[in-house]
Parts: sequence; C-alpha cells; structure tokens
Amino acid sequence: MSESLSTDLNFFQVKKGIISWLFSLDHKRIGLMYLYAIISFFLVGVTLGLLMRLELIAPGETIMKAKTYNQTFTLHGVIMIFLFIIPSIPAIFGNFFLPIMLGTDDVALPKLNLLSWWLYVIGALFALSTLVFGDGPADTGWTFYAPYSVQTNTNVTMSVMAAFILGFSSILTGLNFIVTIHRLRAPGMGWFQMPLFAWSLYATSWIQLLATPIIGITLLMIVAERAFGVGLFDPAIGGDPILYQHLFWIYSHPAVYIMALPAMGIISEIIPTFAKRSIFGYKAIAYSSMAIAFVGYFVWGHHMFTSGMSGSARIIFSVLTFMVAIPTAIKVFNWVATMYKGSIDLQPPMLYAMAFIFQFMIGGLTGLVLAALAADIHLHDTYFVVGHFHYVMFGGTGFAMFGGMHYWFPKIWGRMYNIKIAKFAFALLVLGFNMLYFPMLILGLMGMPRRYYDYLPQFTDLNVLSTVGSWILAIGLITMLVNLINGMRKGAPAGRNPWGSISLEWQTKSPPPLENFDKQPELNEGGPYNYKN
Amino acid sequence: MAHFVLPNSGHNYDPESSKLGMWLFLFTEILLFGGLFIVYFVYRTINSDAFLRASYELNITMGTINTIILITSSMTVAMAITALQKGKEKFAINLLWITLLFAIAFLINKYFEWSIKIEHGIFPGMEHYNGLETGQKLYFFLYYFMTGLHALHIIVGAIFIGFVIKGIQEGNVTADRISLLENSGLYWHLVDLIWIYLFPLFYLIN
Repeated sequence: MSESLSTDLNFFQVKKGIISWLFSLDHKRIGLMYLYAIISFFLVGVTLGLLMRLELIAPGETIMKAKTYNQTFTLHGVIMIFLFIIPSIPAIFGNFFLPIMLGTDDVALPKLNLLSWWLYVIGALFALSTLVFGDGPADTGWTFYAPYSVQTNTNVTMSVMAAFILGFSSILTGLNFIVTIHRLRAPGMGWFQMPLFAWSLYATSWIQLLATPIIGITLLMIVAERAFGVGLFDPAIGGDPILYQHLFWIYSHPAVYIMALPAMGIISEIIPTFAKRSIFGYKAIAYSSMAIAFVGYFVWGHHMFTSGMSGSARIIFSVLTFMVAIPTAIKVFNWVATMYKGSIDLQPPMLYAMAFIFQFMIGGLTGLVLAALAADIHLHDTYFVVGHFHYVMFGGTGFAMFGGMHYWFPKIWGRMYNIKIAKFAFALLVLGFNMLYFPMLILGLMGMPRRYYDYLPQFTDLNVLSTVGSWILAIGLITMLVNLINGMRKGAPAGRNPWGSISLEWQTKSPPPLENFDKQPELNEGGPYNYKN
Repeated sequence: MAHFVLPNSGHNYDPESSKLGMWLFLFTEILLFGGLFIVYFVYRTINSDAFLRASYELNITMGTINTIILITSSMTVAMAITALQKGKEKFAINLLWITLLFAIAFLINKYFEWSIKIEHGIFPGMEHYNGLETGQKLYFFLYYFMTGLHALHIIVGAIFIGFVIKGIQEGNVTADRISLLENSGLYWHLVDLIWIYLFPLFYLIN
C-alpha cells in the first residue's frame, strides 16, 4: 500500500539484517541479491574457463586428465548458461529497473518474485552439489545429449534437476514481467511510450514462458530414463536420440534470445543517453524485438544439420535462421543511426555499448556462416562454433551487462565509480576478449574440433595466443570489479541523474526509496528518448 | 516526507494481474505436457502396432469412471465460484469439499489401476515388463509418466483448493476478493482438460 511514503530513507536503509534481505518482497533487493549471486557464479565459471584455457596452452595433458576436462567444460557451460547468462540481465536489471522505468513501486506479483529467487537459489545448490556428491559433475557437455547422458556414471541427474528448477525460476520471472508490463505502466504510458529495455524484457519474457517448459519436461525424461532404464532416447533400448536433440533445441535455441534480447534492450537505453539524441526508429526496435522472439522459435534445427534431418528440413531451417539476422541488423542500423550526428559522450557505459555492437556483429555474422548448410558441414563442432557463441554471449550479452552495471551503478548505490579506471578496465576487457576468442574462429576454420583436452601440434600458436588473452581478460575483470566495489563503498555521491538521461528511473533519488519515487514521476512528452537535438 | 499515491502500485489487490498470471502459467503447463504429447506421438507413429496391443491392457471402465469424476469435479468448482460470487460462503465451501472428495476418489481409482498393472509385472524393471517388445515398453512407460505427472497435478490442485477453503473460512477469500478461488478453479479445469486428452490417447484409440 502506498498511501504515505517514507522517502527519507533509501531502500538499503529501510530495514537491516540478512533476513530482511532474504525474504524481501522489494524488487530492488531481490534484483541485488540476484546480482551478488550471479556475479559469484560468473566468477566460478570464469575460473573454470581459465583452467580449460590453461589445459589448452599446449598439446597433450597439461594440467588435467580428459575426464576432468570434460567435467570442467560441462560445469562451465551449466554455470554460465543456467546460472549466469539466462538470469543475468532480466533477473538483475529487469527486477531492479523495470518497475521504476514503468513508474511503479514493484512488480505485479511480488511474492512470486521472491519464489523465483528462492527457486534460483535451490537450483544453484543442486548444480553445485554435483561437485561434492556422487561421481562428480556431469561430463556430457551442457547439452546433456542422449544417449551418453543416460549412460555416463557421473552425476547427470543432479545437474539436470538443477536446470529443471532454474527453468522454473526463469519462467516465473518472465511471467511476472509480462503481467507487470500489462498492468502497471504509469498512467499515460502507452505501449509505445515504454522504454525499449521494457520492450526487450517483454519479448524475452514470452520466450522464457513458452520455451522453457519443453526443456523442463525433456530433462525430466532424462532423469526418468536414467532411473528406470527405459529407452526414451537411448537407441540401444528403442529410443530416438534425434528426438532428444529436437526437444532440447526447441528450448535452447530460443534461450539464446533470452540471453541476447535484454542485452539489446540495455544498449537501446545507453546509446540515446550518451549520444543525447532521440533513438532512431523506436518502433522498429520494439517490433524487431518481438520479431526476433517469434522467428527465434523456428530455427532450432540449425543445431542439427549434421545429425540426420531431411534435406528440405535443413533448407527451411537454414532460411529461417538467415531471417533472424534481419531484425537483428535493423537494431544495429538503428543504434548506429542514433549515434550519427549525436553529441557523443564516451563514458564507460557508452564504450561498452560500442564494444557490444562491434563484437555482437562478429558473433552475428559468424552465425550466418554457420547457418549456411555447406559451410556448417565443415564447421560443425569445431572451435568456430565456440568462438561464434562466445562472441554473441560474452562479447555481446556479457559486455552489455557490464555496460548496464556501469550505466545504472550511480542509481543503485548513489555513488560513482572511478571513471578513468573503468575505462582502463574496459580496454583490458576488449583486448583480452578479442585475443581470447578471435583465434578460436581461425582454429575452427583450420578444423580444430571442440570439446577435446588435446589437439594437433599445428594448432599450438593460436591456442597459446588465446590462453594469454584469457589472462588479460581475467585481469580486466578483476580491475573492473575492484573499481566497482570501491565505488560502491566510497565513491563520490552521484546525484539523481549523473548522465543527463530523461527516462523515469533518473527522476528519483539515488539510491531510490523503498517505494521507488519520492515525487510523482513525470512522463516525458514525446516518449522516453525525446532529447532536444 | 512527501505524500502522494502511486495509482499503479504492485502491492494493490489486482485480480486482473493474478488472473493474467494464472493464464500464462496455464500456457506453460500445456507446453510441459505438450513435450510429452510430442514424444507420445512420435513413438506411437513408429510403434503403432505395439502401442495398440499394449493399450488393450488398460481398463476402459476404470478410465471412464475417472473421466466422469474429473468432469463432475470441474463442475463443482465452477459452481463454488458462482456460489461465492453470490455470497453463499457455506455452500461454496461444501462444493469445494465435494471437489476434494472427487479428487481423492480419482486418486484411489488411479492407485488401483496402477497396482493391478504392477501385480501383473508391468513396471520398468519387472520380469514381465522386461519381456515385452520395445514399443509396448515405451507405451507403458509413457502411461506411467504422463498419468503420474497428471496425478501430481491433481494433488497440487487439491492442495490449492484446501487453501481456498481455509481462506473462505477465515474471511480472506470473499465475493470481493475471489481471485484465489478463481485461479484455483482455472488450474483445476486445466488438470481436467489434460486428462480429457490423456484418456483417449491411452485408453480409447484403436
């Protein structure tokens, strides 16, 4: 109930103590708890990645055995996909900022939001328990392909259950956002006066809602097959492994857009703010989010070009995959057009946004190479795929998330980080990132297969380069995080609107009060990006 | 201290929000079972003869009784909603109790159905089951998996209805704050609807 608002205290100060956080219904606190948890898991995933790169610095066994390597890349994938990148932007910034950007005080279903958070925690515990219990973490790859996933002795069941529970957390978050956007927009805020971040979350939420149940039930079938030995997917006892792949990718391809769309939403917020220009083609960006979500459903077969599909099915999936590039390119054109003739202020968030566009384009265009049927036969399951995927996910979504962290940081904590160090960390990250992943694209073209702990000697040089890149990236990450933590604790007060943005979240105090606003939020005439030039 | 009212607070009682949320959740339930229906469809196409032979093992009478039980329970839930809307709280509670009895009857019937099959050795790991051909194994496994998951939904729905009864008794669910009952009703109808598909797929097709 928001009849009288105590706006002198910010949401950190209203209540104290760990319990007041763990069982808080406040979307801002829930968002921050996600932030701390997700960053922690990200660091675990990064550590596993660094270990993998270290193993690959030279051919042959370097620091771990083949099985350990298989478990490492599986756990790296499971953590990065299910615990980091799928929840990252929606659960952190969506939770924290969607209600504020809509001019309301919470999500529509606050208790459900708390339930999502707890499901996330339980799922995370399941995933981590594989480290301690049973015969170690799964060694199947994060895709849990049958029949290996029903035959291996490692702890697949727990990993799969973790993914199942995390899926439900994700569904409920998406559901909550859809209801919030439908019901809680500020009076006078029509669909096309919404910030584009809200549009991207809306599209994402529909994917979460409509795709995740399929993986849920598929993973339960894996558990059942392991428990009862019935041949649902194992061909030796009558199952069809291709059916598993279909069911898996029916979710997991749309899931790629769960990861990418919110990132595009952040970029659509950052660029107008730092170019001080109205966004170019608001409706085109909004519609293209929905178009990506829609077309993204029908492209899952491109993961299976080499695993047995009819020729006509392959051609259709290939064409559809090419079509996803169209709305994606529309967004890129719009962002670039927004910057054109703008008065660009190269603050850290803007730098991250520009790196996003550059790296995401490499990721997207290499995706088209993979979508071409003939090229895919050669490139399937090579390092080209690994490079492509990391350019989209890390170079794209990861960088957008870092950009969002730098953009909204002064709003969340009311303080500013050191801008110079932030730019330095950014430079390290871009250098390290490209040094780490660009060689993978070349290695893939040369034919180096993915998911092996060993490789032929002719691949050594590029692998060394890649591993050194991983170290630079790690240093960049540490610099960035230390800088942010220092800013959080002792940065200079930032004020309400340090970037001069005109969307609603900048009208309130930093950090916001419990009910988000200390005065009636005023909608900007002419939409959320109507800058004066 | 500023004083103003956010008209669109997330903490207001908003039946439209919770109903929209429930409908969206029902979509996800349909898709959850949808995955199973796809698997069923694929294996039925590959093993149509074996599926047919296996389906003769099921007792159509028991299935029909359960279908009637569920459809009737859907009616009693719907009646409970109307009763509460008209302010007849006692009557609504009685109707919900009847719904719960139907749910229990359904589960008891299901229990006997399963145990007869298990007595005949038709369960993964049992001797008779292991001797069956592949298609029949798949049929029975899907039968247990899908009706089992459905029964789980019956239990969850029944628990929700139990909460609604408590809510009406304590005055938290009333004609003006009816959304908990309405949403439980929606959920219950979905559970019913899924059975309407499971019944012909496993018992009737020949």
